[in-house]
Amino acid sequence: MSRVILQTHDLTVRFGGHVAVDHVSCGFKTGELTAIVGPNGAGKTTYFNLISGQIPSSEGRVDLNGRDITRMSVSQRCDMGIGRAFQLTNLFPNLSVLENVRLVIQAKAKMGFNLFSMADSHAEITDRAVAVLDKVKLYDLCEEPVSVLSHGNQRKLEVAMLIALEPLVYMFDEPTAGMSVDEAPVVLDLIAELKAEKDRTILLVEHKMDVIRTLADRIIVLHNGALAADGDPAEVMASDVVQEAYMGKELDNV
Amino acid sequence: MLMKLLSGDAPRSRVLTVILMAILFCLAFAPFLFPGVRSVDTAARICVFILLVASYDLILGYGGIVSFAHTMFFGMGAYGVALACTHMERGFGALIVGASGGAILAALIAFLIGLFSLRVRAIFFAMITLAVASAVAVLVSQLSGLTGGEDGLTYKIPRELTPAFRFGKETFGGEILGVKTNGRLLAYYVVFTGALVLFLLLLRIVNSPFGRVLQAIRENDFRAEAVGYRVISYRTAATCISAAVAALAGALYAIWLRYVGPDTALSFEIMVDILLMVVIGGMGTMYGAVIGATLFVVAQNYLQGLMGAASSAVEGVPILPDLLSADRWLLWLGLLFILSVYFFPTGVVGRLRDGK
Repeated sequence: MSRVILQTHDLTVRFGGHVAVDHVSCGFKTGELTAIVGPNGAGKTTYFNLISGQIPSSEGRVDLNGRDITRMSVSQRCDMGIGRAFQLTNLFPNLSVLENVRLVIQAKAKMGFNLFSMADSHAEITDRAVAVLDKVKLYDLCEEPVSVLSHGNQRKLEVAMLIALEPLVYMFDEPTAGMSVDEAPVVLDLIAELKAEKDRTILLVEHKMDVIRTLADRIIVLHNGALAADGDPAEVMASDVVQEAYMGKELDNV
Repeated sequence: MLMKLLSGDAPRSRVLTVILMAILFCLAFAPFLFPGVRSVDTAARICVFILLVASYDLILGYGGIVSFAHTMFFGMGAYGVALACTHMERGFGALIVGASGGAILAALIAFLIGLFSLRVRAIFFAMITLAVASAVAVLVSQLSGLTGGEDGLTYKIPRELTPAFRFGKETFGGEILGVKTNGRLLAYYVVFTGALVLFLLLLRIVNSPFGRVLQAIRENDFRAEAVGYRVISYRTAATCISAAVAALAGALYAIWLRYVGPDTALSFEIMVDILLMVVIGGMGTMYGAVIGATLFVVAQNYLQGLMGAASSAVEGVPILPDLLSADRWLLWLGLLFILSVYFFPTGVVGRLRDGK
């Protein structure tokens, strides 16, 4: 059951002289929820960008299901099963909430080049989109354009779009950032629900320690772009590395 | 049935519906409602420009792609028909070969431009289209042996579409409602039907799954790529479809005019007109093309006359006659354009939909 599905080998990216992600080798198993932590600027989002392909790597390799995907485009990686929710809300602002989710399901159904049927006539796609929106409690806002949604609801939609994609690897980048205390649980419950299905691989960038404590099976710590710790949550959280990283101290002596 | 024809995309405003129905009615019966060479000519021009502007709206309004080569694609269809009619036997075969040849060439060129430049930033595509369109315009005026140069080409279309062809003498005396039933009437309906069918096809395309992807790319190409759409393929496909339809509009225009020349089918002025029509009507609505083209072509044809009349009416008053002189029509059109962009940034259609 738990075999490595996603593996990065010495994954590195340099921006000029700055090494943002530094030879990170890490494997992610099916059924495992890995929290990625580290101080601001540690390279967590950049590491995500390298895996999902928004930024080309300078060095190293990404394997998905044993296949090298390092040179693939973002859309090809998405086809292969890499799904991503973004940290800064990144939606289709003038399309309706339903349309945003519909587009994801339509992409998965490979219907994009269907030119002569009416988009709204594909009931199976609309139904599926409605079901996902129901799950994140956005059904009532179906017809609204995304631009009028509150920040919290936009975050929920962001998560809904990833769930609708049903990828092999779910990548959540601070899914609850900026959400109110009442809203965050909806998203966290969804992630917990995904995790409970056992066969999902989930990567989660998160700052809130209580969230990590309840959800994570494993924690990896990035610091200055390099892998600083990797292991069981309780162990890693107790370690000096995390303590110091979160206190913002230098890690010169590690 | 009606909604199916409109692909489920209703005008969504009562006033807009009424205006569109009125335009459709006027165009459908133009030869009977407004008999006279000039008014029927205006109606045919409106039909052609509605289609041309709608095809431009597909890439600009739905795809968010700025192109300056749309007149070039229009010209390819027009010259396609002209060349086929010049070099082939007179008949409908030549029209079909010319129109489809022009459309295929337009799609092919659009494909090549798209493949090389849409990969990079959208502004690069705009510049490339400008360069290619200018090059083609120069080429057409220089290759006078083939294209007739600046003089253009006159050619013979099938006899059935010319005024010399009369029909229905026995059954209804060669006249319907006082309008002579000749080939010119048939030619008008070829243009009208062609434009209507292709317009409905475009309306279907923008409401298809493909059309939704285009809108998603316009909204956020980064995210569209991340949910699994290969952005460049969609942009290129949209450009090809748009180019092919523009070429077909050009072919209809060539059938109607029985003449093509750089001024009627390739000039940069037409490109500016198309941009104005799409903006005035409302981008990304398709129906905006109908409103924009109708307003613009009518203004182009009748504003001058109207102003001439107004100018002589206020004779004796200082300054006013000069301002209203027929030569100043572009000044007023420019002013109208600025005002309309200022007050209706979403075009006439957008304004009507908001104010329902």
